[in-house]
Amino acid sequence: MDAFLDQFFNQAVMAKYLPDVIGGLWITLALAGLVIVTGILLGLALACLRSFQIGWVNWLIVIFIDLFRALPPLVLLIVGYFGLPYAGLQLSGFAISWLCLSCVLGAFAEEIFWAGITSVHKGQWEAARSTGLGFSQTLFCVVIPQAIRMTIPPLTNRTIAITKNTALASVVAVQEMLTVAQTSLAYAANTSPLTLAAIGYLIVFLPLVILSRWIETRFAWKR
Amino acid sequence: MSDAQPVVEALGIHKVFGDLEVLKGIDLKVNPQDLVFIIGPSGSGKSTLLRCCNLLEHPTKGVVRVVGEEITAKGVDINRVRQHIGMVFQNFNLYPHMSALANVTLALRKVKNIQRSQADEMAHRALTRVGLDDKATSYPNELSGGQQQRVAIARAIAMEPDVVLFDEPTSALDPELVGSVLGVMRELRESGMTMVVVSHEMRFAEEAADRVLFMDEGVVVEEGSPEQVFRNSQHERTRSFLSRVTEH
Repeated sequence: MDAFLDQFFNQAVMAKYLPDVIGGLWITLALAGLVIVTGILLGLALACLRSFQIGWVNWLIVIFIDLFRALPPLVLLIVGYFGLPYAGLQLSGFAISWLCLSCVLGAFAEEIFWAGITSVHKGQWEAARSTGLGFSQTLFCVVIPQAIRMTIPPLTNRTIAITKNTALASVVAVQEMLTVAQTSLAYAANTSPLTLAAIGYLIVFLPLVILSRWIETRFAWKR
Repeated sequence: MSDAQPVVEALGIHKVFGDLEVLKGIDLKVNPQDLVFIIGPSGSGKSTLLRCCNLLEHPTKGVVRVVGEEITAKGVDINRVRQHIGMVFQNFNLYPHMSALANVTLALRKVKNIQRSQADEMAHRALTRVGLDDKATSYPNELSGGQQQRVAIARAIAMEPDVVLFDEPTSALDPELVGSVLGVMRELRESGMTMVVVSHEMRFAEEAADRVLFMDEGVVVEEGSPEQVFRNSQHERTRSFLSRVTEH
């Protein structure tokens, strides 16, 4: 028992590496925040674009989302970080992580928003169009607000699942929390920094889980 | 009134869905301030005919004119035309994420580009007309079916349309709520609103309609005053339909 406590909860080690892990936590937080914002906006934009039912545009959207839903985020990160420089595009690990995870979240979010848009009752479209509202006005004023409310539960789940992949950015040299914890672990020959990182992830993601629960009840309305 | 320009004029309307010909050459003429009632068994095409009047369905063949303008012609801005044609649906189709007031003001603001304060005022007036101004801040889920339908009527009349189309407005309502909606429709009729109503409310048709059309299998079988169609129908099909719907 003492060996376990010494290995995972060594206070001296924790105190020493706490500032480093906190530094990593900020990077994780920044990456997660950016991915959530751009991913969800990308998904919403694609779903709106898809509503216009323009043949070749829809094709491109479907190819894009299927690709990013099929490929493991880790593969995307590695290909992006180590492959893109050969194509003459040198981006930092942080930028690659942001870009890749945003595309993955965007792909899943598009599919969720699209499902929401198509599940809004046809009568809503007809009612709005019958008053003279155009297609876009109906989409943005009547359909999207309802679709968003319907999609909040699946969307928050998916967002949390994908945002946790920020830990994968450790493979492309981003100094996020897991990277820092692993480096500290190597220096200290003790796994306590990992415990710190675990606590750090809870601090980042637990509020997100609780927030999603709050949003679900806040936006729910009886039919 | 008969020599005035018709508000809605549909000529030779055909509508085909796949292999099914739902409308087989229908003529419909609605004069100003008329209440035209369309009755018929389900599947007779009466809702489709109504929906052809504001092009929610595009007729496969035929011409629709609204206040003289041919709206089935190419290049017509349908959104501009639809401002002048109100529609009330069987399932109300209120926007669930908006208050009653916002339901009414949406098109005033976005289509007619009326400022919020003035649109609110117009919406309050429309809600007062349907007896629901005290529910202006309520959301659809807080209203009964009858109240929702009256808000939907307010949404249609706030636009000050030339004609309002009613697609089975009381079919989704509990029997005790039907009266409140018919009451509003009666008031509209008395104020001179031109209306086309698809409905099974025969008693309302008898007392309020100027003209009744009986449709079956995509054609108008019989047309005339309520007196003619209900009391003195010339066709066996009309009589058998009427006996079926009035026997219970």
